[in-house]
Amino acid sequence: MVFEFEVQGGDFATAGNASSQIKKILKQLNVDHHDIKRIVVALYEAEVNIVAHAYKGRITANIDTSEVRILLVDEGPGIPDIELAMQQGYSTASSEVREMGFGAGMGLPNMKKNTDEMRITSIVDKGTTVELIVFINQTTS
Amino acid sequence: MKINEIVSLLNATMVCGRELGEREVEYGFASDLMSDVLTLETDNLLLITGLANNQAVRTAEMSDIPCIIFVRNKKVSQEMIELAIESNITLIEYSSSMFKAIAILSQAGIKPVF
Repeated sequence: MVFEFEVQGGDFATAGNASSQIKKILKQLNVDHHDIKRIVVALYEAEVNIVAHAYKGRITANIDTSEVRILLVDEGPGIPDIELAMQQGYSTASSEVREMGFGAGMGLPNMKKNTDEMRITSIVDKGTTVELIVFINQTTS
Repeated sequence: MKINEIVSLLNATMVCGRELGEREVEYGFASDLMSDVLTLETDNLLLITGLANNQAVRTAEMSDIPCIIFVRNKKVSQEMIELAIESNITLIEYSSSMFKAIAILSQAGIKPVF
C-alpha cells in the first residue's frame, strides 16, 4: 500500500500531521506497537526536518507485510556535508525551530537509531531525499 | 500511579482526557527539548515540560506517552487539546515549577527513565 502526504516548510502548526496519519494507518494494520513507535519517531523527526529546513516536501510511505519504506523528498537548501549533519549535536536550526523544542542536532542520529536502513542524498540549493526502512513483523521466537 | 492520583497529589488541573484518568504511569521524564523525549523507549511514561505547543503533544503521540504535565503555569491551547483528544493523551496544567512537580512525583514513587 502506498500513501502520500505533502509537507509545507515553515508551518509548525501542522508539523507532524503526516506522521500522525501514518501512525493511524499502521495501527489499523495491527503492526506491532514497538515497530510503530520506531517508524513514527524516525518519520516525525524527518517531517520536522522538512518543516524546519525546506520550502516544501513530499512523504511517500510504502507499507507491506514485512517492511515499511518511507521516502521524504524535499525542495530546500540541501545538506552540504551529510557526515557532519549526522554528528550528534550539530545543527543549523533557527531559533524558531529551537523554540519548538527541536534543533539540538539529535534528529538524524535518532532517525538512524530507529530504522533498519536509512539513506540520505542531498544537492545543495535543490533539496534532500531521505529514505527510512523499518522491517516489521519479524518473529523473535 | 494512576493519572488521577497525580492530578490530586499536585493539585493540578486536568485539561482533557478525564475519562483516561485511571491509566497507570510508572516513569517520569522532564524536558523542554522534544528531541530528548524522542530518544526514549520507555513505556508508561509521564512527560513533564514547560513547552506548551502542538509539537509537545505530537511528540507524546509519536512516543506513546499517555500524559503530559505542563509546568510553570503554561496554558494549553484549543488546538493542543484537539490533538490530544485525537490521540488519547491526558493534558494537565500545573501552576508551580518543574522542580516542584518532580520533587512531589518522585517522592510518590514515579521513577526516572535513567
